[in-house]
Amino acid sequence: MQFLLLAAFLFCVGVYGVLARKNAVLVLMSIELILNSVNINLVALGVYRGVEAAIIGQVFALFVIAVAAAEVGIGLAIVLLIYRNRASIDLSEVDLMKG
Amino acid sequence: MLDNIWLIPAVTALSFVLILFFGKREPNKGSSIGIAALGLAFLFSSIATVQWISRPADYEPKLEHAAAAHEAGAHHAEPIRKPVTREVTWFENGQVKIKAGTTADGLAIAMCLVVSLISLLVHLFSHAYMHDDERFTHYYAALSLFTTGMFVLVTASNTLQALFGWELMGLCSFMLIGHWWDRDGNKNSNAAMKAFFTTRTGDVGLLVGVSILFFGAGQTFNMQAINDAALSGHIAHGVLLAGAIALLIAAIGKSAQFPLHTWLPDAMAGPTPVSALIHAATMVVAGIYLVARLYGVFWVAFDIGGGGLNPVALVGGVTILIAAALAFVQSDIKKVLAYSTVSQLGFMMMALGVGAWTAAVFHLFTHAFFKACLFLGAGSVSHSGSHHSFDMVEDMGGLKDKMPWTFRTFVVASLALAGVPPLAGFWSKDEILVGAGENGYKLFLVVGLIGAFMTAAYMTRCIYLTFFGEPRGAAAHHHPHESPPLIVVPLQILAVLAVLAGLVNTPWKPWFTEWTSNATGVGAGLAHHGFVPITAAFSVIVGLGGIATAYAYYWRGLRFPITTEGAGKPVYRLLVNKYFLDDLYEGVIVRGIREPIAQGAYWINQKVIDGVVNGAGVAARGLARFVYEVVDQKIVDGAVNGAGVVSEESGSLLRHIQTGRVQQYAALMLGAAGVFALALVLF
Repeated sequence: MQFLLLAAFLFCVGVYGVLARKNAVLVLMSIELILNSVNINLVALGVYRGVEAAIIGQVFALFVIAVAAAEVGIGLAIVLLIYRNRASIDLSEVDLMKG
Repeated sequence: MLDNIWLIPAVTALSFVLILFFGKREPNKGSSIGIAALGLAFLFSSIATVQWISRPADYEPKLEHAAAAHEAGAHHAEPIRKPVTREVTWFENGQVKIKAGTTADGLAIAMCLVVSLISLLVHLFSHAYMHDDERFTHYYAALSLFTTGMFVLVTASNTLQALFGWELMGLCSFMLIGHWWDRDGNKNSNAAMKAFFTTRTGDVGLLVGVSILFFGAGQTFNMQAINDAALSGHIAHGVLLAGAIALLIAAIGKSAQFPLHTWLPDAMAGPTPVSALIHAATMVVAGIYLVARLYGVFWVAFDIGGGGLNPVALVGGVTILIAAALAFVQSDIKKVLAYSTVSQLGFMMMALGVGAWTAAVFHLFTHAFFKACLFLGAGSVSHSGSHHSFDMVEDMGGLKDKMPWTFRTFVVASLALAGVPPLAGFWSKDEILVGAGENGYKLFLVVGLIGAFMTAAYMTRCIYLTFFGEPRGAAAHHHPHESPPLIVVPLQILAVLAVLAGLVNTPWKPWFTEWTSNATGVGAGLAHHGFVPITAAFSVIVGLGGIATAYAYYWRGLRFPITTEGAGKPVYRLLVNKYFLDDLYEGVIVRGIREPIAQGAYWINQKVIDGVVNGAGVAARGLARFVYEVVDQKIVDGAVNGAGVVSEESGSLLRHIQTGRVQQYAALMLGAAGVFALALVLF
């Protein structure tokens, strides 16, 4: 139970970070928090449901970690380009797609 | 090898792909790939042949149809070699499983051996014959694909696969006849199209026949099962008859039988090795093969065992005489050979029609060798002797000493074709005649003898015009010489086979009969008749008589009271115009369809359709006004304008949420996900 609570807490922190912070790097870090909360859920729920499910959950978590690494790589590259073009990484200023 | 006979088509199919993709980069522009693949295919076929021959003949066929066999006046069934069938499920539809697979039995293996050997020699021959052709690589690719099609057909265990191979060959035949489509105006491409459409007319029959037999035999394409079902009487006779007629039409188209034979002489527009391979030894025998393979169907449907007249024998018999007569008036050496092929295919068809199954297959086997030899010989003459002309009257003559090997092989093959003992053609033709005589088809025995006489005579004429007399035209001016070894060696090999191939099935040692026995499932219904001296004597006499007659006419200048200018003129005109069959097809049928129908269509167009159109116009105008004023202006326009207004308004409302802010989007997504999660929990 405490694992799920921890995951929920991490998730909320992550969501707060994504929605409220203006610094793009911090937003990326918050996304990592969300993903890790999900990983905790996967592993924890797997363990609750027996050995086989535990293995599946852990494999899945590993999978998420690998994909998250790729995602962060791309995200940081985008942030770097934004910084080069605008000398700022404030997300509220990046609204070229405004309707 | 018998289990894995699929390797044979697989090798040539692979060769096709390799030549297509890498042929141009290969030093010999693709030909070495083709030759190597055919060498391998020939090796596989040889191994399969040896394995088949050494297979113990200890299989008692299921005698479910023993009654049918007995009815046909058969003697007791002997044990045979068990065919090797290997199938996998191709696809399933409900309860029906459609299988794909191979059958290796005597017939299939004999065909594989012939096809791979002739194809190998043709591949070799072509390397010299086509050496500076601009589409050399594509030529080899098409040859490989064609050979694949033939292998697929002969190794197929079911009719669907056979259909596939059959169509593949038709396509390749089209491509190869039209190989020189850009020469001589439209002649070559028209010939290719004629061949394609004429055989296509027959192919419709194949599709129909295969479908009929699929349902008739209880939803199976397996040829053994179809034969068994036909022989044991599980297929209603009407259904069987319809299927057999449809398949016979297919065989008539593909094997150039009367009245659909007209495409084969025109197909000579293709390169000569192609004619040797496709239009003498392999593709044109596909129709014969089909009848031989589904012999049970024909046997029961046409009551072949019962004597009398049946369509298969009739088609064959008519074709023998009609085509042989046409061969006399041709001046193009390849057309003589083409009509000769048609005539010999008639012999095979007739043999099947009179119940001489083994004789038909054996004639197919021997004919492939000597006719391929003749065609390649004609190619050699045109390549080195007559400056690419095929006209015997204008551009040949006196080549005997200039091209000694071509001459010798051509004569040997002609003698084999004329049925001079002990060459190959004698044994196979004799068996057909014996079969016709002993199975109660005396009429066809006579037809066969007349055909044999004519064959001997027109081949003698052909040899005279090509190799004897004074050199004319190109043969006199272009320094004829013997062809290179790559052309002569295949000729020599084929000539040797034309001598020896007949010895595998002499009346005293009928090996071939034993090896191919019961490939059909007809079982013991096929009585094998021994040697009948009187028939053999007649066959030799008419053969030699034909040669003697032509010899007297050409060498000794002996003229008969009937000449082409005198009393024989109408006949001569009839023959030169090919019985006006082309005129019938093009002038009467095509135009007959075109013109009255066109006129009728015009009348209908003017009176009926125009009236309808005018009436419709008036009605439409009234309707249109109503539609314009009420429907269009009010309803449609209203709807369109309404839609425009709605989208504009909603757009200007919704654009406010399109802020371009990533975090706001993320918040919206979170909200939406929350709503969905709530919905999932609640409902």
